[in-house]
This record gives sequence, structure tokens and C-alpha cells, in this order.
Amino acid sequence: MQGMKKLGVGAFALFLSLSARADFTWNFPEPVTPMALDTLHVHNKFMLITAVIFVVVLAIMIYSIVTHRHSKGYKPVADKAPSTAIEIFWTLIPFAILLLIDFVIMGIPAYHSVVMMEDTRDQSTMVIKITGSQWRWQYEYLDGDAKGIKFVSNLATTDGQMHNAEDKGENYLLEVDNPLVLPVGEKVRILMTASDVLHNWWVPQFGSSRVAVPGFIRETWVQVEKPGVYRGQCKELCGKGHGYMPVVVNAVSKEEFAQWANKKQDEQKAASDVKEMTKDELIAQGKTVYEKNCAVCHQVSGAGLPPAFPALTGSKVATGPIFGADGKYQKDSHMDRVLNGKGVMPAWKATLNDTEIAAVITYERNALGNTATVDAVVQPAQVKAARE
Amino acid sequence: MSTTTVAHHDEHHDHPTGIMRWLTTTNHKDIGTMYLTFSLIMFLVGGSMILGIRAELFKPGLQLMNPEFFNQLIGVHALIMIFAALMPAATGFANWMLPLQIGAPDMALPRLNNWGFWILPPSAILLTLPFTLALFGVGDGALATGWTFYPPLSVQGGIGVDFAIFAVHLLGISSVLGSINIIVTIYNMRAPGMTLMKMPMFAWGWLITAFLLIATIPVLAGAVTMLLTDRHFGTHFFDAAGGGDPIMFQHLFWFFGHPEVYILLLPVWGFIPQILQTFSRKPMYGYKAQVYSLWAIGALAVVVWAHHFFTAGMPVPALLYFMYSTMAISLPLAVLFYCWIRTMWKGSMSFETPMLFTVGWIILFGVGGLTGLVLADVAADAQYHNSYFVVAHFHYTLFAGGIMGIMAGVYYWLPKMTGHMYNEKLGKLHFWLTAISFNVTFIPQFFVGLAGMPRRIPDYALQFAEFNMISSIGAFVLGLSQLLFVYIIISCVKGGQKATDKVWEGAEGLEWTLPSPPPYHSFTEQPVVK
Repeated sequence: MQGMKKLGVGAFALFLSLSARADFTWNFPEPVTPMALDTLHVHNKFMLITAVIFVVVLAIMIYSIVTHRHSKGYKPVADKAPSTAIEIFWTLIPFAILLLIDFVIMGIPAYHSVVMMEDTRDQSTMVIKITGSQWRWQYEYLDGDAKGIKFVSNLATTDGQMHNAEDKGENYLLEVDNPLVLPVGEKVRILMTASDVLHNWWVPQFGSSRVAVPGFIRETWVQVEKPGVYRGQCKELCGKGHGYMPVVVNAVSKEEFAQWANKKQDEQKAASDVKEMTKDELIAQGKTVYEKNCAVCHQVSGAGLPPAFPALTGSKVATGPIFGADGKYQKDSHMDRVLNGKGVMPAWKATLNDTEIAAVITYERNALGNTATVDAVVQPAQVKAARE
Repeated sequence: MSTTTVAHHDEHHDHPTGIMRWLTTTNHKDIGTMYLTFSLIMFLVGGSMILGIRAELFKPGLQLMNPEFFNQLIGVHALIMIFAALMPAATGFANWMLPLQIGAPDMALPRLNNWGFWILPPSAILLTLPFTLALFGVGDGALATGWTFYPPLSVQGGIGVDFAIFAVHLLGISSVLGSINIIVTIYNMRAPGMTLMKMPMFAWGWLITAFLLIATIPVLAGAVTMLLTDRHFGTHFFDAAGGGDPIMFQHLFWFFGHPEVYILLLPVWGFIPQILQTFSRKPMYGYKAQVYSLWAIGALAVVVWAHHFFTAGMPVPALLYFMYSTMAISLPLAVLFYCWIRTMWKGSMSFETPMLFTVGWIILFGVGGLTGLVLADVAADAQYHNSYFVVAHFHYTLFAGGIMGIMAGVYYWLPKMTGHMYNEKLGKLHFWLTAISFNVTFIPQFFVGLAGMPRRIPDYALQFAEFNMISSIGAFVLGLSQLLFVYIIISCVKGGQKATDKVWEGAEGLEWTLPSPPPYHSFTEQPVVK
């Protein structure tokens, strides 16, 4: 027993020393939406109630354990069931308390929370669509100032940090290239879907999470009350990249949001203009697109992770002909695979623009150890034509 | 079925010896021993898998394994612990103890019993074989979808999914066979005078478990078969492109999956009151109330499934229904807790290892139950769902509520089974190591879940680092402590102080009227219960 005590003291000391230097959080992070605030209140209240129940019952047990001991010569009192009316009454009291806790103290506020959580439309002022795909989020603004803006949000943490080759940054695994931007104070209705498997868009400080189901639209809403950068991640197991699809939301004032929307719309318009590019320009841009979107599975080197994710280096698809005699792309050609996907390979036509697709195809055909002899360069105009 | 038996001579050992004894045995104790041994081995296999996970999660960054392998370990860990460790342990106890407790010579269907067990090892091999195959370049490893098989991820997965589907089919067949045997035994083989309402509580717990298994295993089998045809034969049960719905799988899976929780716990709720009355030296409190509560929980178990996926999207009335029905489970469970504690109250308690495990079990399972109450709240569940809070919650119910309960049963009945007392000092040490390290492992997971760490991720943000490190340290102590458990069991089987027939001073029930260990054919003359 002495050993046990020492162990206990040691563990406690370790715990103290850890808590002295570490930044522990014991509860939900600061709520910034009405939903999260409600959840925090509900959680605190329920935790208090359950803690009281736990402590009271434990105290009764401990009293019994200390007092009603064989070693103290305590004589057992045989009572098999409540017999008198008074005894039955006392037995029913805890039952009645629990009934009250379940369906009144917890049940009634829970009812209101559910109704609030599910009311996505009332007073909502803008609508966005979130599409989860392996392993990135795609955001699209469906109305208002930012109507038509559409972009993909990828993990920005480097491979070196994940494999302990570099020091980990402050927002390790919770940083993206393009955060979702939302105006403060607006009730934003979110339409949620997925392109491949189930995902779940979750920001702990928002208190709402909803599964993104391929082929279906699910709804939720957020109303961020405080400007700031909020971080979360996917919380439905979605394959090997499940831990690597963070959510970052940048909540800004309405004015800043309008400015951002204008700028983004102009950028998007410029990017969608199709112009002739040189092979080197395409390869240079293709490298960026590839490393951001394709390297997760096919690897930076192009070696892939067979058998699930084939190598691109030396691949027939990535070196074979694309266009047939009629000038249209052939089935199962490089263009077909990138635009439409197949099996585990996602379709990219909705995610990447013409220039990006032309660039990445050209890159894959001329880098990663490949030198395609036919259709070595694909121009944005050809991608545009292929979409039609 | 005849309830009188031909008197067998204990000495006439006409059964084969060596390996053939175990392959061909129809004896309930031999089969029970095999179930329990299998369970212990798989408990260690499943445990070492999770130690791999905890080692990887010891600090941020990828150190030991790639994310694919990580995903395989978590799913197979769960399937092994549920189907190959906890369920066989409960079935092992049923085989050993039901005939002894109800005064029967053996189980009603002995050949079925043998078959029920021998399906298990092949299915355990099926479940883990893809790991080995991957080493030889065949396939890409085991099931990587978590134990829940959610499509479309499971449709996308490799051969590991197919292996797991067949393993689940076999495990399911084994469970259904075991359940039929238990129901038939309980209804037909009770000693004269033992009415249903005089039955030992363990028999009640198992009877309801068996009904739940027969009601829900076929639904799971159907769901994974639909998944199999989606994968290979072009059906679209769970594919929206063909008119199916991925969420339908979740409804089917959890129609089985929620009752499964009670399937794991009901047998334990059966023998826990028996241990309590033994070591409190007074009869169990509220026998009838406990029986009715077990039935109530059995009935509620099959109507609350959707609380496992509130965030998948449901109409408001459905959300409210599943929320309130889930909360209602706390009522019969509270009756059980009341009866357990009232059994201790004003007893004459002593704290041998089984009693220590039982008291620890009540407290820790209580934590699991209370956190479950909070999880029922739909709006708050949006936060808890799939976070480490839920991981901590269900380990309080399934490790503390399941495995620690099984351990209480092992210490309680081991002297009866082997005829030797186990080492009491080591048993107590095992309890304290297990109880403390269990809490060191899982209390931090409540907090890290609240802070926003999702489950099933191979690497995590830096703010979760300290809690994960504490949790990993706890897990390793917890894992290593179980080697002590194995040592205690082996040395108890080999020898030790001779156990008396009654073993425990306060023990009541038919199993304690037989010698320790009991004769090969348990009751050759049926005892009469007054």
C-alpha cells in the first residue's frame, strides 16, 4: 500500500508540474455564436447536475463502505425490498427527482435548443454552400455581396512539420490556404454536401456541426458575433486524410466583407479568362496545383501509394494520347480522369478552373519523370472546350 | 427436452484427450473455458493494437505509422474488443455458470454449443488476416473505416472491408447460436421449483441479452450484406447516385449497435448483484425491481438507435423523440443503481478483489451513465459528437462497465472453476492499477474532447498535446497491468490454496453447493429449489 501512495503522490506531482507549464482547457472554447453559447450553458448546467448526483451518491457509498464493514463486526440488516408505505415513498423520491431532471430541468431547455438549432432559415441573410471532399473543403457563396465566389480550402501545414522534420507552427494542422470569410452578426444559412464520402464541418466555437452527405443537402447555420479567426476540423472519419482537412473561418465586419467580396470576384473573373500559355508557364503553375491537390495521394514525387493510389510516373493515362481524331478527348484519357474522376479519384471539373486543369495535366505529362510524346501540352481553351 | 438426467459416473472419462478433447467437446465447462481463454487472448490482441495508437498519439506529429495504418488499428481494435473479447467473455460465463446456477447437468444444445465456439477463431483470423496479407503485398490492409463500416467510405475501401464483413457474419452466427442455446437452457433445464422469478439474476441478464441478440444481429448481417453487394455487385443501397442513401446504413447499423451496448452490459448487470450480495452478506435488494428494469432497458434499447448520429440530419420531431427516449433509459438504470447500492447498505461488507472490482465498477460505470445523459441532448451533442468526449464516455461504459465487470466475475468464480484460490494480494494490486490507470487514461479525454479534438485522427493540433500525453501514459500502465491479470489467472489455474465448495462466506446459490472445481457433469441429480 505504501508503494501505491508513493505512486499516487508522484502522479499528482507530475500532474501539477504539467499544469503549471501547459495551457489546459477544461471546457468548451469561448463561444462566438448563439448556438455555441446555448450549448455551453446547457453543458455547464448538466455537468453541475450530474456532478451533484455523482458526489451525493458517492458520499452515500463511501459512508456505507466505511461503516457497514464485516471487519468492524457490523451485523447485516436483511431488507430485500421496500415493505411499508413510508419506505416505498422514500424509494420513489430519487426516481421522481430523476424524472424531473430528465424531462423538465434538462428536457425543456433541450427542446428549445433543438428548435433553435434546426431553424436555419428564419432571419438568415445569406446562404453559402459547403462541399466536403477528400480532403478539402469547397466554399461557394450563393447570394448577396459575395454571390458567385467559389474556392477550395486546403491544409497549409507542410509535410515537414507533420513528419517532425521542421518545427511545428502555432496553428499546426489547423491552418488553410483560403479561409472561409463570413460577415459578423449575419445569420448565415449553410447548405452542406459532399462529393465522395461523409464529412462533418465543425468549428468548436460555433457549436454547430453537421454531416456532409454525398448526394444530399443538409442544412445548418452560424451567426458569428465576434470578429476573429476560428479553427476547427472535419469530424467524420473520411479516409487517410481525415486528420488533415481543417476548417478556418475568418469573421470580419460587414464593410470588410464587402471589400473582400469585391476583390475576390475580380480575381475570379480574371482567372476564368482563358488565354494561351507557354509550356513553361503551364508547368510552373501546374506544380503548385499538383502539390496542393494531388500530392496527398499520388505523392509529391508521383510515385503514388499503390494499390489504392496509383503512380503517375510512367502511368499510361498520364503519358498516353488525350485527343482523338475528331479533336475531342477520349474516354479514360488523362483529361477524362482529371475532369470526371473514377472510383477513388475525385472529379475536379467543379473544383479547379480551366487554367488550373490545363496546368496540372501539362505538369503531370512533363514532370514527375514523365515525358509525354503525344498531347504534351494542354491549353486552357482545350479544357474549356472539353467541358462542353 | 427432458429435465431429468441419466446418472453419469464422474470417473468414466470416455471423452478424447489432448487437442481432440477441446475440438470435439460438448461439455459446457470445457466450452466455457475455451470462450474465456479466447476472450482473454483477444483482449490482449485488441489492447496491444490500441497501445500502438496511444504511442502514435503520445505527441503531435507522425512518428510510428502512416494514417492508413492508424485508421485500420482503431476499427479493428473496436471490433475485436466488442465481438471477440467482451461478448465471448459473457458467453463463457453463461456456459460455465448458467447450468450450475439453475441446477442443470449441461447446456440444452451441446453440439450447437461446440459449433458456436469454433466459429470464433476463424472469424478472428479473418478480421486480422488483412494486416498480414498487406505485409506480403496483397491488398492494402484491414478495415480502415472505424468499426461502424459507414459507407461510402466502406464502399471505397479495400479487401479489409470484405474480410471484416465476413468476420462479422461469422461472429453474428456464433452469437445467435449461443443465444438460442441459452434461451432453450433457461426455459427448459431449470431445477424443479425454480420459477422464472426465482431465477438467479445472471440468468435474467443473459435471457434478455439473448433475445436482444436474436432481434438485432440479423439486422446487422443484412446491413453488411447490402454493403457487400454495393461494393461488388453494383447495387446502390447506400449510394445516392442510384437512389440509395448513405444514412440508411447508419439507421440499420445502430438498430443493432445500440442494443449491442446492452448486450455487452446486461450479463454483467446480472452477476454484479450476486457479487454484491455475497460480499455484503445480505440478500440482493429489490429483485423484482431489478428484473423489471432489465426488461425495460431491453425494450428501450431497440427504440433509441438514432442518438448515435444526431448530426447526420433528421427532422425535428425525430430528433426530439430520440432525445427523450434516450433520456428515459436513465430511469430503469437509476433503479438498478439504487438496488445495487441498497444491497451494500447496512450489509456486512468485506472487500476481496471481486468486491473491489464491483464497487469500482459501480462508481466508474456511473460516470459513463451520467455523461451519457448529457449526450442525449441533441443540441449539445452537436459539440460532443465524434469528439474525444464521446470516446471517454463509451470507454467508461464499455471498459469500466464491461471489462471491469467481467474482471469482477473472473475473480468471483475463478476459485469455483479451478478449485484454487487466486493470489488475493496480487488481485487487489491488479484492481488498483487498473482503476487508477483507467482514469488517468480517460479523464483527460473528456477535456481534450471538450477543447475540440475529434476522434479517429492520427495527429492533432498543439493545444491537445498535454492531455494526450497523460492519456498515453495512463494507457500504457493500464495495458501492462493486464499482464498481471494474466499471471494471476495462470497461477490460479496451476495451483494455490484449495478452495472450499462455498468459496465465499456469504455466497448463495446452487453453484456453491457443488465441489470446487465442479464435477465434469454438473448436476447428475437435479436439486430442488424451495
